[in-house]
Amino acid sequence: MTQPTPGTPGPEKPVEDPDASRPGPPADAAPDDRSGSQVLRQIVGGDVAISFLAIVIALALGGVLIAIADEDVMASLGYVFNAPGDFFGAAWTAVSDAYVALFRGAIFDFRAEEFERQIRPITESLTFATPLILAALGIAVGFRAGLFNIGAQGQIIIGAIFAAYVGFAWDLPPVLHLFLAVLGGALGGALWGFIPGILKARTGANEVIVTIMLNWIAVYLVSYILASGPFNPSGTGQRSPQVGPNAEFPRLIPDFLVPGNTFRLHWGFVVAIAATIFVWWLLERSTIGFEIRASGANPHAARTAGMSVGRVTVLTLVIAGALAGLAATSQVLIDRGSLTAGVAASYGFDAITVALLGRSKPLGTLLAGLLFGALQAGGTLMQSITSTPIDIVLVVQSVIVLLIAAPPLVRAIFRLPDPDAPPRRAAATKEAAA
Amino acid sequence: MKLELRGITKVFGSLVANDHIDLVVEPGEIHALLGENGAGKSTLMNVLYGFYDPDGGQILLDDQVVDFDGPGDAVRAGIGMVHQHFMLVPVFTVVESVALGYEPTGRGGILDLEEARRKVVEISERFGFDVDPDAYIENLPVGVQQRVEIIKALSRDAKVLILDEPTAVLTPQETDTLIGIMGELKAAGTSIVFITHKLREVRAIADRITVIRRGKVVGQASPDSTETELASMMVGRSVSLAVDKGPAQPGENGLVVSDLTVLHGGTMCVDRLSFEVKCGEILAIAGVQGNGQTELAEVILGLEEATAGSIKLDGKELRGMSVRDRLRVGIGFVPEDRSTDGVVSSFSIAENLILDIYDTEPFAKGLSMSPAKVAENAVKRTEEFDVRLTDIQDPLSTLSGGNAQKVVLAREMSRPLRLLVASQPTRGLDVGSIEFVHNRIVAERDRQTPVLIVSTELDEVLALADRVAVMYRGRIVGIIDAAEAGPGGISRDVLGLMMAGVPHEDAVAQAATHQSRLAEADAAADGKDLS
Repeated sequence: MTQPTPGTPGPEKPVEDPDASRPGPPADAAPDDRSGSQVLRQIVGGDVAISFLAIVIALALGGVLIAIADEDVMASLGYVFNAPGDFFGAAWTAVSDAYVALFRGAIFDFRAEEFERQIRPITESLTFATPLILAALGIAVGFRAGLFNIGAQGQIIIGAIFAAYVGFAWDLPPVLHLFLAVLGGALGGALWGFIPGILKARTGANEVIVTIMLNWIAVYLVSYILASGPFNPSGTGQRSPQVGPNAEFPRLIPDFLVPGNTFRLHWGFVVAIAATIFVWWLLERSTIGFEIRASGANPHAARTAGMSVGRVTVLTLVIAGALAGLAATSQVLIDRGSLTAGVAASYGFDAITVALLGRSKPLGTLLAGLLFGALQAGGTLMQSITSTPIDIVLVVQSVIVLLIAAPPLVRAIFRLPDPDAPPRRAAATKEAAA
Repeated sequence: MKLELRGITKVFGSLVANDHIDLVVEPGEIHALLGENGAGKSTLMNVLYGFYDPDGGQILLDDQVVDFDGPGDAVRAGIGMVHQHFMLVPVFTVVESVALGYEPTGRGGILDLEEARRKVVEISERFGFDVDPDAYIENLPVGVQQRVEIIKALSRDAKVLILDEPTAVLTPQETDTLIGIMGELKAAGTSIVFITHKLREVRAIADRITVIRRGKVVGQASPDSTETELASMMVGRSVSLAVDKGPAQPGENGLVVSDLTVLHGGTMCVDRLSFEVKCGEILAIAGVQGNGQTELAEVILGLEEATAGSIKLDGKELRGMSVRDRLRVGIGFVPEDRSTDGVVSSFSIAENLILDIYDTEPFAKGLSMSPAKVAENAVKRTEEFDVRLTDIQDPLSTLSGGNAQKVVLAREMSRPLRLLVASQPTRGLDVGSIEFVHNRIVAERDRQTPVLIVSTELDEVLALADRVAVMYRGRIVGIIDAAEAGPGGISRDVLGLMMAGVPHEDAVAQAATHQSRLAEADAAADGKDLS
């Protein structure tokens, strides 16, 4: 929250009697009462609640759309006044079938017979979540520094080029090969983050525009590279050679735990968890994070305190790029993995949503990434066994973004109190209306 | 028109901003609303102007209960408000500004400004405003912009005019003009509610004074009360307005600025400026806002690049050094705009207390910071500077302005200093906090630190300075030594004239023949104090 701008009519700060003992405002209210309502406000009006409620609303709206898209529901709508029960029954069936399928596809398939098949969905969800979490962490670090990094998509692509090259062109012993390939991916992403960083720091170029443009450059660059040189021994221009077996992430669930499993889930997920912890340390416990947060929250004060905001900009985008590059490694350095033009899918853009939903906090981003991974995995099954198209997942994701971008809307729907001084906002609206 | 507020109550959450406030403003009366920052004055006026719905109480105009649903209703009922920060569009002309909000249209919905122009000219002539209707707002001095706001209110037939801290941005001479205008308006039957925390003005202008403290009316006072009486009503205890300080013991030159020039977007903000601050003295830069003081302070810290000249501290050239290096050399910097440059309001109080030393021992070892040491430091500093807070981990935004400023001072004065630069160190603070801040600054001086104060408040300049340099359009008009100024100290009138660019000798001569209204009020009150 910013300080109230001068001239904005707002509640004046409580006065303290110089002789009154601390704590300050307001002296006449019972302290227990005050702290109690404070805590309540933080829980109810805080960011976590908004995020959670946004998900609830989005799923509810998704339900409405599922019902509308369902043929039985629409048929019963024709005689809804004669037999409303039919209509509601059909709607309930359509929505519950779809969401049950979503759950079965995302978490636990209770209809499957073997244990391996039952828990397969959750491993798929985690696999989908891995690149989302990593790229979203990069976006989140950018947000905390006040930078809108749209370039995760391009950073993933460049990271993938580097990782794939190290993966298939070099021949190294186990562990070392994987390590260098992962490092290469991070470096590639970092390079693609450094460019907008240095341009912004030196020339003041807007990072939004530069990163969007760099995304396009990356898209065409990967197509060009795939059609030339060592990336194109087969001459198809579609796919690079496969990465060497030593450069692959090992499967995470070993055979002795779930015998005979064919889960795709690999150690890239552990990298994502480690990155989450690292980003937490970076932001909350390191001097770099202090600078990032200060520059993001108030660049003027950061400059006055002797920080170099330009340096922070470059550093932040390099870190963000490196994290996006790590996201790329989870796509390339896998069993029979190789570089393709579509290697980044839409992870770079979904990651923005994930970071927003996660409130740019490391843990929040991790959880949001898991949710989106689950929606992705579940949506596939939902589409195959019900008539609900997977696009409903996209709708749910989009509605979440819209609601998160407009917390007052969510508060209005659930009639929650606004934690930041409600009268000021009301007054500002009134003023604008006048 | 008679205005009456009965039992107005306004509650924000658990804070009672206005607690059963009663106020009667008679027709043609100048009624001063006096109170510290945060006492609830502005809230009360925003209730009156329709911004807020009161939680209790009534507003009566000519004994009729009214209910305002937004400022539009208040304006129609004859209430005009001039905000502390003007609500004007810089690229509009005076006429357009006055028409803004009701936009008279002629045939075919085309804007018809003739009516507005007629009003501007008429009001301007009637009250001697001297405002060119076709001038662009951005080209007008602040004092004239304020008159445009007043014209705007009067053009809507305001019978009650609310002036919110109207003198905060004016030179003493402009303040004089405003006082004259208020007199004219009063003679024409307009009631004026005058919000301020400046005691001298109240005595010079007001017919009646209502003092508000902590959301409650604590009493009425007459304009011939002394400043001390008013101040103690305002604060709730007796305060000493003068700073208790011994004579300066100036030593060597600490800061030496020579031929310093700052170009900012083609305009010369600081123009070949030369002065020095000795160790153990306070040099105050006085002047109306926007005469290059801000740029001067920023160029000393390195936030702004000097175009020419030199800045030497203890004989060492500062130009070319980064902000961080200058801070490390020992510059303490209290920025003019606390909320923009001084603190990160979403950061905790503890974090704000290390904002420019976060990467030094013991707060950080390598890249890793130690939250325990940060908290330890916060507890120590907040106790030392008497910052009133609930928890050091609360965001800084939970503090009142005075306490936030104490956080900035605690941070800047907690390391060994070679120079203290403080811009507007007490802007927006209440009387109690001002006293505290002033004492700390004097204590720093007595530790043989050179101190440079930049302030637009004459009271502050006079209270603190050992020498006063007056800045006008990027140049120093003159430097006056308080020790040589005679028993009465430096004359306000002389400083006021110098702030308008009059050289020192001329200012002394002019001040001798002409006494400002404020000085007259002072003289009258001083007589009373003596008797």
